[in-house]
Amino acid sequence: MRYMLLMCGNEEDDGPAAHAEDEEPCWMPWAREMQARGVLLVEGSQLQPTSTATTVRNSGSEILVADGPFAETKEQILGYDVIECTDLDEAIYAASRHPVALNGGVVEVRPVLASV
Amino acid sequence: MTDAQAAVAEAFQQEWGKVVATLIRMTGDWDLAEECTQDAFTTALTRWASDGVPDRPGAWLTTTARNRALDRLRRSKTEAAKLQEVAVLSVPEEPAPWGDSGVTDDRLRLMFTCCHPALTLEARVALTLRTLAGLTTAEIARAFLVPEATMAKRLTRAKHKIRDAGIPYRVPPAHLLPERTNGVLGVLYLLFNEGYSASAGEDLLRPDLSAEAIRLGRLLAQLMPDEPEAAGLLALMLLQDARSAARLDDAGDLVSLEDQERSRWDGARIAEGIRLLEAALRRQRAGPYQLQAAIAACHAEAASSGDTDWAQIALLYGELHRIVPSAVIELNRAVAVAMADGFEAGLALVDELAASGQLTGYYLLPATRADLLRRMERHAEAAASYREALELAPTDPERRYLARRLAEVAG
Repeated sequence: MRYMLLMCGNEEDDGPAAHAEDEEPCWMPWAREMQARGVLLVEGSQLQPTSTATTVRNSGSEILVADGPFAETKEQILGYDVIECTDLDEAIYAASRHPVALNGGVVEVRPVLASV
Repeated sequence: MTDAQAAVAEAFQQEWGKVVATLIRMTGDWDLAEECTQDAFTTALTRWASDGVPDRPGAWLTTTARNRALDRLRRSKTEAAKLQEVAVLSVPEEPAPWGDSGVTDDRLRLMFTCCHPALTLEARVALTLRTLAGLTTAEIARAFLVPEATMAKRLTRAKHKIRDAGIPYRVPPAHLLPERTNGVLGVLYLLFNEGYSASAGEDLLRPDLSAEAIRLGRLLAQLMPDEPEAAGLLALMLLQDARSAARLDDAGDLVSLEDQERSRWDGARIAEGIRLLEAALRRQRAGPYQLQAAIAACHAEAASSGDTDWAQIALLYGELHRIVPSAVIELNRAVAVAMADGFEAGLALVDELAASGQLTGYYLLPATRADLLRRMERHAEAAASYREALELAPTDPERRYLARRLAEVAG
């Protein structure tokens, strides 16, 4: 099954420490562990902060554009990963091992609607 | 009741969960599994009356339900149904071997899936009662005092989540097993307490949740013979349930353990609980349920309140607190210490807990304090604590009990 992991946390907190050129990013060990377990990493990325977010609505007659994320909450989506694995237990394990979860963040696990 | 009807009723008790569990494994479809199992029991009513009761009612019911599922999948012309049909035809009726402990009973898979932590606690309880115990949606709704439509929605939502989120239908692998087993034990104990604390006779149609919890507890202990906590939970439920007849007086008021008429305790249940507990403890892996059962056993074995081994109970509460730290356990330990080492010592522990602020708003804190002060004949202070407890007590029987005690010390 395919799942999207939505990484949520407080933007104010220090994000993952910047890594030097010759150092590996903090998610690399996670990616290696997942690969070793047979969890396929389809895609994923960290996102720019919500100060760069734009919200768009279409009222039918006009397009409403606003600055900011769709909800002003303390916790924001910091990034995402799309994974392919056997079942929810595997996805929960993948989420629990992610650097965001290990550093006090929350990971929302959402199954992707299967395409026919 | 005719012989056939009696046989079907008996089979329902024995086989419902097993047939549903097998059908879910074969079809992967919870609704289809439930409906076809229901159909199989309905068919049994007429067929067993005309042809006689089959030698193996469970196998007969499983085959009938399976054939019914195949019929329905064949009649449905969708692509998904065709795939499902192929799947059902390729799956054996007997479950596949699992690990080194032999064959996994499908009911164990079902139990773990129903109690998956990705479902809400309410959904876990409702799903367990519906699929494993075979209670109807209406019965479960009555048990939890919610409208039937609310319960139906809760069950549907849970089944959809299992399907759409990919909750696996299996006994968890070794690294998840301890945690998930705790989850299953927790659901069964919640079910037991839900039934135990509901006042008797308030609604005659309310199903007996404690009895269902004990039935499921027996099943779990039988399916997980290597898990001493499963036996521990069953022992705990039996030992508590053994006292149920003596817990309320004729007016429906609570009778404290001390004042209960011990001759009304169920001796057979106590003996069974203690036998199970002793066997579990021999495995040397005491967990919270075995310890609580051991405490219940100390009470059950005492011929009178005065004969209770309070020092042992205080030790057990101390051990329990070490494994699962909780202020409520500390409060219970304080009572045991008061009875073993003297009221002063117990009161000091209660006051320490009160000062920590962890139990603020919990009525048993002032109620316990009041009780100790009453025994110490410090009536004025006892009365003040009883009044405080009265303000916080959640139910009428508890308030009546406290008011009675207050009258004693204030009078």
